[in-house]
Amino acid sequence: MMLQLDAEALYTELREGVRGLLKPDAVLVGIWSGGAWLAERLQRDLGLPGGDKGYGVISSTLHRDDFGSRGLAAGNDPTRLPFAIDGRHVVLVDDVLYTGRTIRAVVNELFDFGRPASVTLAVLVDRGGRELPIAAAYAAAKLALPATQRLSLARAPDGEPGGAFSFTVTNKTTE
Amino acid sequence: MLSRRNPQLNVHGELIHLLSIEGLPKAVLTQILDTAGTFLSVNDRDVKKVPLLRGKSVFNLFFENSTRTRTTFEIAAKRLSADVINLDIAKSSTAKGESLLDTIANLSAMHADMFIVRHAESGAPYLIAQHVAPHVHVVNAGDGRHAHPTQGLLDMYTIRHFKQDFSQLTVAIVGDIVHSRVARSDIHALTTLGVPEIRAVGPKTLVPGDLSAMGVRVCHSMEEGIKGADVIIMLRLQNERMSGAMLPSAGEFYKSYGLTPQKLALAKPDAIVMHPGPINRGVEIASDVADGTHSVILPQVTFGIAVRMAVMSTIAGNQA
Repeated sequence: MMLQLDAEALYTELREGVRGLLKPDAVLVGIWSGGAWLAERLQRDLGLPGGDKGYGVISSTLHRDDFGSRGLAAGNDPTRLPFAIDGRHVVLVDDVLYTGRTIRAVVNELFDFGRPASVTLAVLVDRGGRELPIAAAYAAAKLALPATQRLSLARAPDGEPGGAFSFTVTNKTTE
Repeated sequence: MLSRRNPQLNVHGELIHLLSIEGLPKAVLTQILDTAGTFLSVNDRDVKKVPLLRGKSVFNLFFENSTRTRTTFEIAAKRLSADVINLDIAKSSTAKGESLLDTIANLSAMHADMFIVRHAESGAPYLIAQHVAPHVHVVNAGDGRHAHPTQGLLDMYTIRHFKQDFSQLTVAIVGDIVHSRVARSDIHALTTLGVPEIRAVGPKTLVPGDLSAMGVRVCHSMEEGIKGADVIIMLRLQNERMSGAMLPSAGEFYKSYGLTPQKLALAKPDAIVMHPGPINRGVEIASDVADGTHSVILPQVTFGIAVRMAVMSTIAGNQA
């Protein structure tokens, strides 16, 4: 069965969802890599202060709980937060919310930079399967996927910032 | 035996020990340099520590003296949240006659997860790596005249930071090359990363002739060696390793091979000057150069911490 998800339509819903979450002085932080693409486009479409580079990117690499079995992830961009986070309302953005382990890792990463006033989470798709007590404040879609499937966001390869989004579903091969 | 696997890599080709740069694929070196970039930014955070090695015990085993290398390994391990145990090994068990492998067996019984080893004997870290349990990792922090791979990698990080691309560079390594494990590691790394011209510069007594077999251009004149260079790596004159009359005097060496502003002027205008430290002012390098605008000697030290964090976290995350 092929799953049909219109990422562009969901993005439009996410944009309005995030608009509703933004408190005064809030900042967007996208989770590398899919969430960072979303944050880049949301920053522009919502006309947030700080211009096109006014959003943050955060990586889970240094706080992952599977380091002992999987080692360091290669090719991961480092965290880049172009603002002080002390006292700020941080809206984390990601493409897919699944086990919640990535969110746990990036929240730890975030607190290495200071003490935000609040942290909320907005995602394109909540696919269920949580392994930690973590919830999104906004999800543009909720669905249940079997653990054998991997859902990830792709961006149009023309390199155009804010290019069109699509979802890809792959079956996990047993290694 | 051609088919024998590099003992530093597991069956998946992942790094499990760092013993020498020789024989490591370019992708492994590049990944360490990329990872070091991530760790460099950890220094700018409120919390300058990440939990990758939390609960792991790193043993600093320095059978030979070192301040800078031991300290930067210790800082790197602590920023990764490891517990660091420094052993003044030269003054303890070894002096009482314990063999190297017995020392390692005893420390392993104390649940060591990683050994950082410096030893006057070339190959000592290899011997240790062959005898530790599969979950234990070994980093060579300098063995005899053989290798000093983390210094080689931090030199590569420094070059990449200031020059971006290796493929057009001329790199001159100057001074006491025959005694230098740094020079050997640098030459292997520069070759693997695709540097087209590597020069070894120094007197015949200090620059071994077999270097040309490694693709290195041997220069016995400083003028020829420095001319047009993008990167100049000065080495320390290692008096403690010299036997017999390899040099007339330190003053004589400075006159011929010391890096002065006049000699530096022969290099490219944007050349960088590196040195693994400790520097001997007025022996291999003039103070005006060591403290001058071309010098990147202190950034090398800062990068060294990030590179050692990258090495330790890379090998700790890979299974034997």
